[in-house]
Amino acid sequence: MTTPPSDQQLVDFVLREARLLDQQRWEDWLDLFAEDGHYWMPVEWGQTDPRLTTSLMYEDKLLLRVRVERLRGNRTYSQSPKSRCHHVLQVPQVDERDDQALAYSTWTPMHYVESRADEQTLYAAWATHHLTVVDGKIKIRLKRVDLVNCDAALGSIQLFL
Amino acid sequence: MIGKYRGNRQAISALVGETEVHRDLYLDQELFELEMEHLFANTWIYVGHESQVAKTGDYYATTIGTQPVIMVRDTEGAVRLFYNRCPHKGTRLTGEACGNTGRFFRCPYHAWTFRLDGSLAGVPLKAGYEGTDFADGLAARGMTPVRHVHNYRGFVFGKLSDVGPGFEEFFGESLTSIDNMVDRSPEGKLEVAGGVLRYMHNCNWKMLVENQTDACHPMIVHQSSAGTTVDVWKSAPAGTKKPMAVEIYAPFVSSYEFFQTMGIRVWDNGHGHTGVSHSIHSDYSAVPGYFEQMTAAYGEARAKAILNENRHNTVYFPNIMVKGPIQLLRLFKPIAADRTLVESWAFRLVGAPDMLLERTVMYNRLVNAPTSVVGHDDLEVYERAQAGLHGNGNEWVNVQRLYASSEVGQRNVVTDGTSEWQIRNQFRAWTKFMTMGL
Repeated sequence: MTTPPSDQQLVDFVLREARLLDQQRWEDWLDLFAEDGHYWMPVEWGQTDPRLTTSLMYEDKLLLRVRVERLRGNRTYSQSPKSRCHHVLQVPQVDERDDQALAYSTWTPMHYVESRADEQTLYAAWATHHLTVVDGKIKIRLKRVDLVNCDAALGSIQLFL
Repeated sequence: MIGKYRGNRQAISALVGETEVHRDLYLDQELFELEMEHLFANTWIYVGHESQVAKTGDYYATTIGTQPVIMVRDTEGAVRLFYNRCPHKGTRLTGEACGNTGRFFRCPYHAWTFRLDGSLAGVPLKAGYEGTDFADGLAARGMTPVRHVHNYRGFVFGKLSDVGPGFEEFFGESLTSIDNMVDRSPEGKLEVAGGVLRYMHNCNWKMLVENQTDACHPMIVHQSSAGTTVDVWKSAPAGTKKPMAVEIYAPFVSSYEFFQTMGIRVWDNGHGHTGVSHSIHSDYSAVPGYFEQMTAAYGEARAKAILNENRHNTVYFPNIMVKGPIQLLRLFKPIAADRTLVESWAFRLVGAPDMLLERTVMYNRLVNAPTSVVGHDDLEVYERAQAGLHGNGNEWVNVQRLYASSEVGQRNVVTDGTSEWQIRNQFRAWTKFMTMGL
């Protein structure tokens, strides 16, 4: 019998996820995703469909692993020099909890900075985490990141919000 | 300020040699402005697809080169193009990129109104113009139409100047790539669908256009993305079905031989396409039910002929690329000598299974998004070229691969897929349309 996570544990999980990204602990970050988990960054305001409408990202764990492996590669030209990132989160709010189904969701407004060489770019977004519990550990079913300017003409975003 | 190139046909022509081009084509802002005045006025420029303005009063605001234009469906059902400015004070008439304006455009500044044919419908306090020659002036003529408009199977093109060839003469046999994309719908109809991706590039627009038929770069530039995908996929448990995303990424790191033998077809006026015999799109899994729909619509032989055409990238010079087999169009919008907005549009094959659109929008985000690991490495090499070209000592870019002096003047020819003939073809067209009418 799995003990349901407390609200504080859900909040701590979201905060820790951002910290792993900032510290570039990519493998540890990937482990936070359930095997069928997805990372979704819509391209349209209020987008509801990731399948027949394109997105900035809609990636399963295989594609996320490709990104993580690629960041390490020595022929990854767009990462020479490497990018760095920095998250500033509001305290995540627990919006939904269903202890029966072990389904939870949180809502986290954030500012995100990505820098590379002499350039630094600020993005503002809301992250929605759909979380579950697998083998006693909180895991991400879906992390949805809505950029405030999702439909703007953006330059490269190379790391993870 | 007196520039180096304005009005100087000889100086412009001297920038493009048979096998090399001068760096000013990428760096010089005066040349960029001349491109907007000549190249982007004397040629047919893609504006949008008619499905973006399906109903009377629907409009779509965009650019031809750097000129603001507006495409609108009029009351007769025709698609019209106008410069997007009020004849009064120059105010752009639309705020949103698209929408429905009803029966009139209404300027937000002084409420001048215009019918969907561009004519002036009303001006507040009109008595204030009585006794003047207002009625004979430019303002009274309403919205200025784009001089030439052509709707080819739903794809709407405009030509700003009277110089330059007619539509059919300009595109010639290259229109077969649009034909193939449209024919892939069992109803012979496309519609814009699945959202647009907009990716800002700090490089010259021609770098992008050249890269579309550069078959010597994928296995190098995309080793980090496609090569890693192949490696990660190797560790999947035996018997796992190959995901669509792996089918899309893996062919980018095909061998040189694959790209050599796929071939390039070189048309006139800078148009051309890669993937004559096969392409990176050839081996996608079949979509259930689709072939049966195509057979019912066209008969088996014709359906097979349509679907066996797997053209990779078709460049319509100067600034679009279409992928018929996956219904994508990329528009390279010039902003400045060192700045280009890339828009990647997806199309639904009307009447075909949704899975085709699903693959198209997946390809679009995996390859063309500002978050794409393929796009990141392409942009990196463009931006490094934009920076490196400032280096003195060698002012020329080499485009000599598989050059033969006999190629000049040949058209509709198929050659080695790794040839830079098509790139040279684009530069010959560049000179032709930059100097036409000078």
